[in-house]
Amino acid sequence: MNDNNTKRMTYLDALGLAQREELEGRDDTIIIGEDIALYAAGGAYGNTDASRIRSAPISECGFAGMAVGAAITGLRPIVDLTIANFIYLAADPIINQAARLRYMTGGQFKVPVTYRASMWHSQANAAQHSDRPYPMFMNIPGLKVVCPATPEDAKGLLKAAIRDDDPVIVFEDNDLWGKKGDVPLDTNFVVPIGKARTHREGSDVSIISVSGSLRHALKAADDLAKDGVSADVIDLRTLLPLDNEAILATLAKTGRVVIVDPAHRTMGAAAEIAAIIVEDGFDMLKKPVKRVVTPDVPIPFSPPMEAPLYPNPERIAAAARELM
Amino acid sequence: MKNDLQSEAYLRMLKIRGFEQAVTRLVTEGEVPGAVHTSIGQEAAIVGACMALKRDDYISGTHRSHGHPIGKGAELKPLMAEILGKVTGVCKGRGGSMHFTDTSVGSIGESAIVGGGIPIATGAALTAQVRRTGQVALTFFGDGASNEGVLAECLNMAAVWKLPIIFFCENNGYAAVTPARNSHGQPDVARRGEGYGVPGVIVDGQDFEAVYKATEAAVGRARSGEGPTLIEAKTYRFDEHCVGLFINGNYRPAEEISHYKNERDPVTLFRTSLLTSGMTVGALLEIEGEASRLVEDAVAFAKDSAFPDPEEAFELVHANPIPIRR
Repeated sequence: MNDNNTKRMTYLDALGLAQREELEGRDDTIIIGEDIALYAAGGAYGNTDASRIRSAPISECGFAGMAVGAAITGLRPIVDLTIANFIYLAADPIINQAARLRYMTGGQFKVPVTYRASMWHSQANAAQHSDRPYPMFMNIPGLKVVCPATPEDAKGLLKAAIRDDDPVIVFEDNDLWGKKGDVPLDTNFVVPIGKARTHREGSDVSIISVSGSLRHALKAADDLAKDGVSADVIDLRTLLPLDNEAILATLAKTGRVVIVDPAHRTMGAAAEIAAIIVEDGFDMLKKPVKRVVTPDVPIPFSPPMEAPLYPNPERIAAAARELM
Repeated sequence: MKNDLQSEAYLRMLKIRGFEQAVTRLVTEGEVPGAVHTSIGQEAAIVGACMALKRDDYISGTHRSHGHPIGKGAELKPLMAEILGKVTGVCKGRGGSMHFTDTSVGSIGESAIVGGGIPIATGAALTAQVRRTGQVALTFFGDGASNEGVLAECLNMAAVWKLPIIFFCENNGYAAVTPARNSHGQPDVARRGEGYGVPGVIVDGQDFEAVYKATEAAVGRARSGEGPTLIEAKTYRFDEHCVGLFINGNYRPAEEISHYKNERDPVTLFRTSLLTSGMTVGALLEIEGEASRLVEDAVAFAKDSAFPDPEEAFELVHANPIPIRR
């Protein structure tokens, strides 16, 4: 896998590479966010014209909305909202403007804006810094929502988001920022929005993974293999739109499904995935659908309380065994 | 000011007045779905601001959405068809009365989220600056929106980045039915600019020429790279917040309303000023006749147009479409 066309790098470096390529490679991209200029001075954006790098005041609603105005008038803004909880401050322009302006104006606009939001869970930052808010935005027609789980997908999905003519939110798993993987160096490499990826072929049970749960799902699959249980592991990668075909294809292989989603249980991504399975694949089910999710409690600060709340390999494997 | 500019301004003010009167009539005839907010009384503020802009300069606005694109020069037919929810509407029946948008005249969206148009125009000004197009943006908002935090955020960012934008407050004294005196610690919205490094100007919003001159100066500042200006036009809404809304509680004194209608009607004031400056009665009658014809034609066009096919609800959600399940 590590040939001349790929380089081993972290998830964070892959995001940075995607951003730099899209800023350097075209003149309509701009980046807006808090503390952005500091990174520019460090060369993070290569030789991009300084007017396209906007270190914003702490005004999330304002600059998230400005990005919509810039997008409908010909720019292609990347808005770095940093910690995902801050997206709530920017929710009005994302939901009421970005997601709807094309529709409400009878197609007079494209809205090519990308919002980056990094989910800082698992790091003892308590409930105001640890959210995984993607399910709320899956409920907003007009948006697209992606959740890369590998460095390769981080690069490819961020580039796809920037190039897309619709508003896309990229929810990054901050717990993956330091994790390494092989990343294609081709400046035209993108991962198509709306396509899941199979990471492991199996025949007994399907593990459908969301966001950074992928590595836990793969570890669980290794453990299950030792017991002779063959797991099919897919990473959805995009949550809006969901890849219904991939969901039903893995169900067809196994008839047993564990959905792993680090968002909270009630109305999480897993709930919609389960609904699709029940609506469209009920006859293929050999057992009820299982969800491995985060319970409906605010994320506590103290690590011994926080850690067990999220999906982990043990909980995933246990859920799969219950289906066998 | 040149005579043709004044004629055009008078025509646009009359188009707004006539359009709003026609819409009000259509509401009472039961032809209009949804809520409707009219701009009668605020025509000089709107047209004074718009006449200082070029056709490709950007404007954003509010739920009181009709006057702004008309002031910017939009055709009436697609606007009236939009009011009736017709397929020929400017937004193809997806926006309605509160969300007029006509990019052909630089109207990039009226917003029914109070204050929602402010960052949109600020972002358009950012585009103009980054691409060095020489365009400016102007955002209309009301006294109510001046209490939204996003105005403070955008005033500050526009000042920091010297963006080519005019923040234009149509202060009609009432946020829906709440008087500004009950919700503004500082009654002059323009004075809030100073706190963000944005010059503030107060003008008589019933006086076309005062508004035009103030906006022209602000546009000049914006185009020459000197950054934003906050203009507050003190104006008055003649009709209720929403057509057909009955407010039991006398939030506006009857004498106040009649004072504005009888003494401070911007259309009457401008007509008088045009006569004083030498325009003939014949010329005025010709403009008034043209405005009436345009409004009548728009109503006929809207009534004759078809409603959209319900299936069209599934179109134009995305530029790069994704599957949408029924």
